[in-house]
Parts: sequence; C-alpha cells; structure tokens
Amino acid sequence: MAKEVLGLELTELRLGLPAPGGGHSIAEKNEKKRVFSEISGDRNKTQVVGWPPVCSYRKKISLHHEKDDHDHLQRSKIYVKVSMDGAPIMRKIDLSMHKGYSDLAVALEKLFDCFAIGDQALKDAESSKQVPIYEDKDGDWLLVGDVPWGMFIESCKRLRIMKRSDAQGFGQQPTGNIKDSRLSK
Amino acid sequence: MNYFPDEVLEHVFDFVTSHRDRNAVSLVCKLWYRVERFSRERVFIGNCYAISPERVIMRFPGLKSLTLKGKPHFADFNLVPHDWGAYVQPWIEAFAKSRIGLEELRLKRMLVSDESLELLSQSFVNFKSLVLVSCEGFTTDGLAAIAANCRFLRELDLQENEIDDLCGHWLSYFPESCTSLTSLNFACLKGEINLAALERLVARSPNLKSLKLNRAVPLEVLQKILMRAPQLVDLGTGSFVHEPDSETYNKLKATILNCKSIRNLSGFLEVAPRCLPSIYPICLNLTTLNLSYAAGIHGSDLVKLIRQCVKLQRLWILDCIGDKGLEVVASTCKELQELRVFPSDPFGVGHAAVTENGLVAISSGCPKLHSLLYFCQQMTNAALETVAKNCPNFIRFRLCILDPTKPDAITMQPLDEGFGAIVRSCKQLRRLSMAGLLTDQVFLYIGMYAEQLEMLSIAFAGDSDKGMLYVLNGCKKLRKLEIRDCPFGNAALLTDVGKYETMRSLWMSSCEVTLGGCKILAKKMARLNVEIINEHDQMDVGPEDGERVDKMYLYRTLVGRRKDAPEFVWTL
Repeated sequence: MAKEVLGLELTELRLGLPAPGGGHSIAEKNEKKRVFSEISGDRNKTQVVGWPPVCSYRKKISLHHEKDDHDHLQRSKIYVKVSMDGAPIMRKIDLSMHKGYSDLAVALEKLFDCFAIGDQALKDAESSKQVPIYEDKDGDWLLVGDVPWGMFIESCKRLRIMKRSDAQGFGQQPTGNIKDSRLSK
Repeated sequence: MNYFPDEVLEHVFDFVTSHRDRNAVSLVCKLWYRVERFSRERVFIGNCYAISPERVIMRFPGLKSLTLKGKPHFADFNLVPHDWGAYVQPWIEAFAKSRIGLEELRLKRMLVSDESLELLSQSFVNFKSLVLVSCEGFTTDGLAAIAANCRFLRELDLQENEIDDLCGHWLSYFPESCTSLTSLNFACLKGEINLAALERLVARSPNLKSLKLNRAVPLEVLQKILMRAPQLVDLGTGSFVHEPDSETYNKLKATILNCKSIRNLSGFLEVAPRCLPSIYPICLNLTTLNLSYAAGIHGSDLVKLIRQCVKLQRLWILDCIGDKGLEVVASTCKELQELRVFPSDPFGVGHAAVTENGLVAISSGCPKLHSLLYFCQQMTNAALETVAKNCPNFIRFRLCILDPTKPDAITMQPLDEGFGAIVRSCKQLRRLSMAGLLTDQVFLYIGMYAEQLEMLSIAFAGDSDKGMLYVLNGCKKLRKLEIRDCPFGNAALLTDVGKYETMRSLWMSSCEVTLGGCKILAKKMARLNVEIINEHDQMDVGPEDGERVDKMYLYRTLVGRRKDAPEFVWTL
C-alpha cells in the first residue's frame, strides 16, 4: 500500500472563462477536485489496517465528535478573509460552516473559481503549485492542515493561498519513509 | 507445615490476595494446594480458552468472583474478526448448573449476549458486581434483566463496550427496593436515558460512590443528581453544555461546592468550555482526570483547567494539549504517576500535536511517573535517553509514533538507542510497546536488559529472525508477545518451542511465518493451540505450506482445541 504524505499540489488555474462545454474543461474541473485534498489526509488511501493502534471504540467516538463540533460552532460564525496570490480581490469565508479540512478545500475552490488566474500556469505546469497558509492569534503564519480542525478554526485569523515559489524555506512537514515491502499487500 | 490445622493455614492464606501469590502458594505441597483451593474466592483467567469452566468449578468450589479475558489485544484494532470467539455463555451455563455462589463477574474482550445476561441475572442470588470492558454482542435488554433480577446489585460498570442501545427504559427496571448500588457506569451507551428514573435511582442509593453518565444526560439533570449524591467519589459527566448566565448553571456551581469527596473526574463527552469554571473547586482534590473523550476542551480552556489540578496522579488527555500544554502539566502535577495522551485525530497519519519535547518536559517535572501511553508526531533518541534518566521507575511504557517507521527526527537514525536506554534504566518495566524505525539492535537490548518484561508489542520493526530470538531468549518473564508487520519467520518461531508454554499467548500477523512452520510447531507442542485466521481461503483449496500466514495466534491450553472456532479459524 503506497502511502501518501501531505503534499500540497494544486492544479493550474487558467486565465479567461472556462471553455464552453468540451471534455478539456471537464477534465480540468475533475483535476481541480484534488485541490487541497491532501490536507484532509485523504483517509481512504492512506490507512493501514489497525493503525494507529487506537481502539475502535475510541475511533467511533471521535467521528461522533467531528459532527458535534460542527453543530456547536454553527451558533457563532467565524468569518475570515481569504486572499489568493494573483487574485485581484479578497474573499471572506465562514469557517464555522465547515466540518473539516476537506470541506474547506472544496469551499475555497468554489470561491476562487471565478478568478481563473495565471498564464504561467499553462507555461510551467510543474511549478504552479500553491500552498494554503493561515495567520494565527499570535500573528504567525502557519501551514494549513497541521493541527486538529477544532484547534485550527479557533486560532485562524485569515487565510492566504500562496504560490509555492514564494513558500521556499517556509518549512514543510517532515515525512517518514514507510518500507514499501512491508505495506505492499 | 503439618503442625498447623487447616483453619490456621486458611486464615494465613486470607492475607494472600494477589492471584499470582495464591497460585504460588498452591504449588508448595499437596496440603497447601488443598487448603488454598477450598478457600479461594477470586479467580483470574487471562485466556478463556486456556481452561474449561467445568475444571475451574471443580478446583475452586468456593469461588465468588471470576475474571475472564477473551480476544487477543490486537482485536481492539480491528485485526480480529468479530465472530472469532470468546463467548461467555458456556461459562455462565456451567456456573449456573453448579453450586457456585457467584457474586462478581468481570469480563474483557468477550462476546456477551442478552441471553447470557439474563441467565446470569437469574442464576445467582447474591450476585453483586458486573464489570464489562470492551465487550460486545448485547443490548440494553440484557441490562434490563440485570437491573430487574439482581436484588443485591452493587456495581454495574460498562467500559467502552459496543452495546446496541434499544432506548428502552432499562434503568426503570431497577426495582424501588434496590438501594444497594455503589457504582453505576453507563457512559458508553449511545441512546436516550429515562432521566426521571435515573434521578430516583440515585436518590435511593445512599452508598453510591461512582457514577458515570452518558451524553444523553443534560447539565440540568447532572445538577439534580449531584444534589442527591454529594458523597460521590467518582464522577463522569454527560453533556456539559449550558448558558453560563442561567439559573441552572448557577445552581450547578453551588451544588458542586458541596461535593467535597470527588477525586476522579471524567466524561465531558459534549462540553461548552464556558461552563468549565464550575468545576474548578473540585479540581484541587482530583487524583484522576480523564479528558480523553472531551474533544471540546482545548487550548487555553484546557490549560486553565489543568493548572487547578495540583494533586493529580492520573491524567488521560488528547494530544491537542500540545507540547506547551504538557509543560503546564509538568509544572503543575508533581504527583503524576500515569499519563495517557491520545490522538485527537485517530485516523490521520501525521497530525499528532505533541512531540518528543512534551514527553521530556513531563519526565523532568513528574519524577513519579510510572505508566505512559503516548501518541506523538515524532521522537528522538536524545529525548528517550533523557526520559530514561529522569524516570527510572517506569512499569508501563507505550510509545506510538503516528508514522510507524519514522526515524529519530533530528539524526534520522533508528530509535534503537533511545528504547535501549529505557529498558536499561527502568528495571521494573513490565510492559513495553515501541514505535518508529527500529532494527534488530533494539531487540538485543530488550533481551539483555528487560528482565521483568511481561508484555511486548511490536509493529513494523526489526530486520531479521534474530530480533525475535533475542526477545524470546532474553525475556524470562515474557507472557504476552504481539507482533505485526515484522520480518520474523519460521526460524524465529521454531527455535525454542518450549518457550510458548511459559507464556500466555503469541500473536503474529503480516510477518514471514509460513503455514508449514505453524504446522511443525503445532505438531511438536500438544498443549498449544496454534490458530490461523484466514478470512480469504477455504481449508481444502487452501494455501500451500510454503505460503505466508496472514494472522497466527497461539496460546497454551489445558483443554485442547476449542469447539467453537468459526470457519475462518483453523486450529492446526
């Protein structure tokens, strides 16, 4: 079983309106669905059976809690500004409306869909990667996805979708190496 | 030894309470064996398939309390199919037919049916205590039978069971005449509760010391219950949500001030942090705090709460406490003996919010620490060496890095030296589970130094058969060994087959042992059950001897192969 680690690859966004009908734009739309999907950890693919060794009772309770957090926080809205490098105008998003990182990813995609950006995206597909970061209560900029969702929405003051090239030296997640021979079944 | 009449011996044996000591006593001579077996009241059976209920009844006719454990530990992590076995029914049937006056039954990882609970409730007049841990197979109907029929029930303790909640009024089945309850724990029930019945039950139970509610019990009812039971020592809250300016909340604050005996606090399955100040007055005297299900408490609320708990000995929390939060624990809880840090996101890999720094802080602030369960993002050898130096008293040391083969986060070396330091320093270590990148070297250390080790859990570690052999040869007191995803094969399995009769059980899954190897072992050792769990193949068109076995579980037994094994379990 190949293991995916938190990569942050975004597909490119194009300048101009989406092509009318046609397979090309649909394919692009499907690719876009992967935007930010890695933040959520894409559970189905990365799970090794019985790992981490948390008893199933506890795992079920935590699923229940995720639902709860959503219910509770519905009572107080958490609007934060979202800027995307290259986009002319910022947007605002209500974090309390979302259950988790994957939910947020979908919402952000929709927000910036209308601002198809960056000709360079076409020229240099490989390097047009974007990195979502957020500013916390202490004024520090952190990578989205590191902390549990509940903790994130409590401390997030604003969001920014930064170009990968600007993110040099920002500090990425340390990755482990799973010996493939043991997991490939 | 012949100089004393039996009664004197019996009286002396009364002071020998631990089952291991009593087992030792029974081995001294035939006289002592005889006196001991007639006077034994509490029996512990670590593997329900190691012996039959009939033989237990024959040997210990005076038995009053029975503890039974069923499925292997890795069943907790979904590695064992649900219908693997461990049914309590044959035990209850056998006991019911006999003249045993059962008063207490404690079960762990067993399959319990409503029928079993009903039979239990009807068969033993003096039945007093039922404790079920990580069991499944029953519904609230079974609980209703216990409530209705056990006239002298003192304890009903349900911990982390999968219970089908039919939302009937099982609580109402406690008759008005039932006033003997000392302990009631139904926190794991998912459904609604008859709140009025609960309040009345608490009101007529003056000896109630331990009460753990489920999330269906709202704060208003908690307040009323605490009014009725200010003598509680052990409290698990249900839902802890309310408006802080309300009359209910103010009443709660006043009521809690009256609960001067609470020493153990848990629950908060649903919580509004703004209501937490109401419990600050009891935090001062708490010795146990379990917030591992309280996902709603984090950040500054969590830290503020911990700062109040200066006498804490046992703390269970979620990793959202972070390294900084653990530093607060280290500076506040100087009496800490046991710490468990669970992952807030038990599905993800790489999201733990604590690292080696939190653990080092704890070790320097809490020198009395002897039990640890720690799920973390990363670890280093240096940190483990520091921990080993600061806390040489570890009895249980369980570390889990979410990425299972992660090396030392700074040097990128295997974590052999770190765990080596732990086993070298902690001479009383009885239980160990390890994580991270580990080679055969760590097993060499374990074999050399872990002289008191009884239980070892290994995953994704080692390079060759030598690793497993170091452990089997070196750890003389080893009782339970569980291994998954390690390159240990037949050579390791078969080198010292006699060893397994000195142990309770061995689990190996996704390793290199083959069917042929297991068959050889089963043939040599008549008093072992070697079970293969194979969910994919049929027995006759099955795998060849040379094929690797997916899951093997072997255990010593006096009663041969079990008769209730399902199709996918082959006893060789």
